[in-house]
Amino acid sequence: MHARVMAPQEILLPVKPAFIVVTLLGALFLNLLPWSGAWLWLRPDFVALVVLYWCVEQPRRIGFTAAWLLGLLMDIADGSLFGQHALAYAVLAYAGIVLHRRVQRFSITPQVLHVIPLLLLNDVIVLVIRTVAGSDFPGYQYFIGSFIGGALWPPLSFLLKLPQRPAPDPDHV
Amino acid sequence: MEHSPPPFFKTGPTPLARLLIFSALSLVLLVADARFRYLTVLREAASVVVYPLQRIASAPASIARRAGEFFVTHSALREQNARLTQDHVAKAAALQQLQALQAENAHLRGLLGTRERVNAKSTLAEVLYAARDPFTRKIVIDQGLQHGVKAGQPVIDSIGVVGQITQTYPWLSEVTLITDKGQLVPVLNVRNGLRAVLAGTGNDGVLELKFIPLNADFQNGDRLVTSGIDGVYPPGLPVAEVSNVERNAAYLFARIECKPLAGVNSNTQVLIVDAERQLPDRPAIADKPAPSRKLRKGM
Repeated sequence: MHARVMAPQEILLPVKPAFIVVTLLGALFLNLLPWSGAWLWLRPDFVALVVLYWCVEQPRRIGFTAAWLLGLLMDIADGSLFGQHALAYAVLAYAGIVLHRRVQRFSITPQVLHVIPLLLLNDVIVLVIRTVAGSDFPGYQYFIGSFIGGALWPPLSFLLKLPQRPAPDPDHV
Repeated sequence: MEHSPPPFFKTGPTPLARLLIFSALSLVLLVADARFRYLTVLREAASVVVYPLQRIASAPASIARRAGEFFVTHSALREQNARLTQDHVAKAAALQQLQALQAENAHLRGLLGTRERVNAKSTLAEVLYAARDPFTRKIVIDQGLQHGVKAGQPVIDSIGVVGQITQTYPWLSEVTLITDKGQLVPVLNVRNGLRAVLAGTGNDGVLELKFIPLNADFQNGDRLVTSGIDGVYPPGLPVAEVSNVERNAAYLFARIECKPLAGVNSNTQVLIVDAERQLPDRPAIADKPAPSRKLRKGM
């Protein structure tokens, strides 16, 4: 039981800063795809997901400044209020940095249970800002994206760790 | 953070302090944007950074659409051709009348001494994508400041009004659809000429007439066209059809729901109308303080 909940100890190579930048831009690209209709509701916030991943895994390399600037870019691209995503991502980065030791200790399934509430928090911040600014509640389907984002956490974390895994040693028996 | 490093290893402020700094910055931006609309220029400048990514991201969809157009079947084309020919014949008669009517109208207007109605110029724009903000109803089109698009211009499709340009960027602009909450269009009931203000509700496909007295003559199926009183929309563009009238004596106003006529959510191409009209200046309201000035002079 204990072994299943706790993460197996792995030795990983250091991450390249360029790789972090590329993944963040990739997430921004995924967010900017022309989602519409039901797909828009199903779409997880990829940028939030990747920002959270790097804040948990590499809190010394990536933090508030990157999260905040990405939030501003999202606001410009979406034509939404200036600063709403910036604020939400800053809070997400804070949560990721504060919780990183705790989340890293867990294996992948309990990690998802940490990620979903954080993504929901991200949604709620945006929702509160928009409600204060005079918009209506868009319906509960607004939160679906966060659950899908949580479901994407295991494959995402597998993919983003690939470049850090050392090549198998040919001499190892 | 019990396991934080000893103080002399620390670099920079704690996460909480950073959070507070960045939250404060965001709140300043939010207030500046929502309350005072100071940030339009900043948005335009910063959009240059996002623009390439936006274009690349919307490329797959438009390529797929073009590919789909290339592979139309022979029967579909024949069907469309037959329909268009029929349409053409039906409209030819009306068109011939139109020319005569236009000449007559111009003559009468000349007699009345009224200004000739401006022949509005229009630019074709392609819809890049619907804005991904679930709180608003907006679309982004591929014409911007560089193409002479100005904020405030109405946007129509082949049937009627789609929305209004609300934000321009160098190569893109944002169109707020008439279904967006708080988007207003001054309209006219075609059947009896009653003027009203049509407001979006934030729901797709539902518009609402605001501040209509209970006894006003609106019925299901009434067509509403732009009245042109605002000087923004050229007069006579179809906007919506009344779909539901609810008169409840408990409320001051009737609740009148309408359906937009144009394909507000389904277009891939729209027209931007450049209908700047020379309206006479509004009567000055600055006359009011005049008496007090006189009084002071008298003293």
